[in-house]
Parts: sequence; C-alpha cells; structure tokens
Amino acid sequence: MAVTRNSDAVAPVRSSSAFSIWLTRHASTSIGALGRLSRQPFASLMIVLVIAVTLALPAAINVVVKNAQSVSSSWNNALDFSVYLKLDVSVSEAEGLARLIRQRADVESVDLVTADAALAEFKLASGFGDALDQLSANPLPHALVVRPGPGNTGASLTLLQEEIGNLPETDLVQVDTEWVQRFHAILDIVRKAIAIGSALLGIAIVVIIGNTIRLDIENRREEIEVTKLIGASNAFVRRPFLWTGFWYGLLGGTSALALVQYGLYLLKEPVTRLAGLYQGNITVVTLGISESLTIIGAAVFLGLFASWVTAARHMRRIEPR
Amino acid sequence: MIQLDNVTKRFPGGQEALSGLSLSVDKGEMVFVTGHSGAGKSTLLRLIALIERPTSGQVIVDNQNTRRVKRRKIPAYRRQIGMVFQDHKLLYDRPVFDNVALPLIIAGVSHRDAGRRVRAALDQVSLLHKEKQSPQTLSAGEQQRVGIARAIVTRPKVLIADEPTGNLDPDLSLEVMRIFRRFNEVGVTLLIASHDISLIDRLGCRRIALEEGKLQQEADPWQ
Repeated sequence: MAVTRNSDAVAPVRSSSAFSIWLTRHASTSIGALGRLSRQPFASLMIVLVIAVTLALPAAINVVVKNAQSVSSSWNNALDFSVYLKLDVSVSEAEGLARLIRQRADVESVDLVTADAALAEFKLASGFGDALDQLSANPLPHALVVRPGPGNTGASLTLLQEEIGNLPETDLVQVDTEWVQRFHAILDIVRKAIAIGSALLGIAIVVIIGNTIRLDIENRREEIEVTKLIGASNAFVRRPFLWTGFWYGLLGGTSALALVQYGLYLLKEPVTRLAGLYQGNITVVTLGISESLTIIGAAVFLGLFASWVTAARHMRRIEPR
Repeated sequence: MIQLDNVTKRFPGGQEALSGLSLSVDKGEMVFVTGHSGAGKSTLLRLIALIERPTSGQVIVDNQNTRRVKRRKIPAYRRQIGMVFQDHKLLYDRPVFDNVALPLIIAGVSHRDAGRRVRAALDQVSLLHKEKQSPQTLSAGEQQRVGIARAIVTRPKVLIADEPTGNLDPDLSLEVMRIFRRFNEVGVTLLIASHDISLIDRLGCRRIALEEGKLQQEADPWQ
C-alpha cells in the first residue's frame, strides 16, 4: 500500500469553482433534508398538515370575504346616493360641481337632475300635474345622483358622503340604502379580524416548526457534536435544519393552497345553483396567482424564520464535550 | 509543532487536571502520552483540540497560540488537526464513505476531489472495499480505522489520538499503531494518549508520562 506525502493541509478551494461547490452542497443538503422528512413520513405529514390547516383557515375566510364583496358589488346601484343642492345654486354651478365630483377616483358616475327635470318627472309620476302648474316658482333644488366606484369599502363610502356633504353647495346627502353600507362595514371588520387572526396563526406556525426543529436537533445532538469536533462551523451544522424548515413551509403552504382550492371546487356547484335561483350571475372567485404565491411565500418565510431562530439558538449551545 | 508552556487547567469544582505542565513535540515526531486515568492525558488533548481552554499558560500548535483563536475561528482551527477518538465517533446513519468524506465536505472540497481523496484515505487503512457499508456492520478495529481515515483525509500536519486502541485486542492495536507509524514516516506529527505501555515500548517512540497533571518523567529510548 502506497502512502503518499501528506504534509500539506486541505488544498484551498479554487475561487472560480467555489460558487458551484457551494451550490452543489446546498442542493445535496436540501435533498438530504427532504430525504430525512420522507424517512418519517407519518410525523412529517402531520406537521405539514398542521401548517396547511393553519394557513388554509385565514386564506379560506379571505376568499369568502372576497366572494361576498364581489356579490355586493353587483348591488352597486343600491349604493347610489342623492345629493340635494342648496336652492340658490344655479344650473351651471351644479354642472361644475358634477364634473368636479366625477373626477374623484372613488366615484364611478354622477348624474345631474336639474330642478326642472325633477319637477317634470314629479308631475308625471305624482299625478298632481295641474296643481303643480299653479306654482309660481319651482320649489325643487338641483340634485346629483352619485354612484360610488366598485373599490369602495364601508369606511370609504362614509368618507365620500361626508366630504360631499361638507361642500358649501350641498344642502343634504340622502342615503337610502344604509344596510349595504352596514354590510360593507361588517366586511371591513371581518377583513381586519382576518389580518389579526393570520398574525396569530403565523406565530403558531413558527412555534410548531420551531418545536419540531428543536426536537430534530436534540435527536441529532451527537451528530452535531461530532461534526463540530471535526471542524464544522455553526453555519454548516445549521444548514440542514434551515432546509428542513424550508421544506415544511413549502409543503405546508402548497397543501394549504390545495385545501382552499378543493373547498372552493366543492362549493362551486351549490353556489351556481343558488345563483341560478336568483337569476344572478354570481361566480365563485378563487385565489389568484399572486394570492397563491403569497400563501406559499408566507409559509416558506415562516418555515425558514422558525428554523433559523431555533437552530441559531441551539447550535451555539451544542459543543463537543 | 506542539508546545505547552506552564499550562494549568482547573475545573470549576476546583480540581486541577493539569498543573503547570510544559512539554513540546517537534515537527515529524510521534509521541505517546501515558498515565493512569485522571492523570490529565485527555485534558491535554482536549486543550490542543480547543474543546477546553487552559486556565493559565499557553498552548501553541503549528505556531498558532490557541489563546488567540477566537470562538468563531475554532472550526477553521480544528480542520487543521486530525483527531482520533477511543469511541470512534462515527455517524451511524451513513455509510463509511460519507463518514470519511465529512471533513472534506465541511472544508468545501469539490465532489470529484473528495471522492478521490476519500478512496485514498480508505486505501491507507485497507478499507477501500467497505466504503458502501454502514459502520455498524464493521468490527471495532475496522470502525477505528474508518475514524483514522476520517482524521487523515484532509492531510493534517498534526494528528492527535485519545486512547485509539482502548477498545481493541492486542493484534488490532498493533495494526492501528502501524498505520499511525506509516503516517509518521511521511511527516505527520502525532500525539497519542495511551496506557498500553508494552505496545508503546515495541514501537520505540518517545513517551511522556503524566501523573496528577504533572510530568512524571520523559523517557526517550534513543538516548
């Protein structure tokens, strides 16, 4: 057996290939971490499911709110409100005001109903035509019928009405359909509740993944000690655990997405039937690509964050004895 | 190559593992540390491996004062030293090849180079044909040889071994010592803790005897 001259230490890595080596190592570590998960399929599946359900909950409620919103947007004409101008406002002033309001981003259209037009309509509708002819002057003011844009929430509608109500030309803003606004206000609250709930569930996911990684680290304590003993840095021993967190996040996020989409698929048929009964054209709004990516991205981020915090904390403590 | 100046190691309990120990091992030397258990052999090696820090005094390895090696630099420092343990400290969840390759992976050696060097190291301990086996299927002597292959795969200048033959019968012990001897012949400096005095005498190497953390005698058979 030939023994070669061994006196030089580890040959330095050529810088040109250092990046590709780094990449190869990461690839093999990530596959190794995935392999480790697949070797305990039941335990891994449980954790992925917990993450999936935890993420699917807020995502599903969010979809329901979106659908409720899309349904209520077909009630847009119900959101119209009338603005009665003061009696001393002239037609040209009223037209100017209509133009001004029309320019607002949160307004879809503004119709001017002049005093004369209103009187004519009233004559026709009321049947008091002859009696009204006796009036020497038109007692009606000019009015604007404002239709808010589809993007409005309950709060922004109220704001819009207040702002128009505060204009010097305005006498009175009349909202006939306050229930729609209340509905929107409820949606606003639900949306805020989702945000708070999502934050809490996010913390839960961090705790779940962090705890799993912590157990994993404890189980592999000896391996970590040995690896450190032969010169591994904290970053090196941390790497497989970061990948584990990454995979938990990715698999959990993807499963959450699958759960929500499957739920929507189940709801599609009964909703279409209901829509048919009301002769409305209600379609189920599903998660878009950007929303899907947000869910998966959030899951991956939470997985990485949890494993990073846990691994960083424990790796420093595990030293060879 | 290895130099200790007036090194004392006192544990939190108050007992001293080493008391004002000074010694030096020259480049290319193969030296045994002997003594009863508790004499301070392991502590000496642990100070060299920076698993422990001395309470006072200096440990200098390959012109590096370990006192100046910061915590963050310990991994890089350890990569320069080969270490062999009584209980092998192999990873049983992966085959022999991966165990030996681990130091190279840590050092960031490319996959192709690593494969070549792992096989060379396994060849030197005559275990090339067992690279795919799990360490569990190997005998104690074979496991120790895997541990040695792992220690030398990075071609360290210094190799320290703590009771490398502690669990082996005399024949296997001699085999392991012969492997060490061959490394020594190509210039590796070795410091080996052992209590197997008859074996050491057969090899004819310098012996440092410790007793209660102090130098007992320095017996050099060549003088």
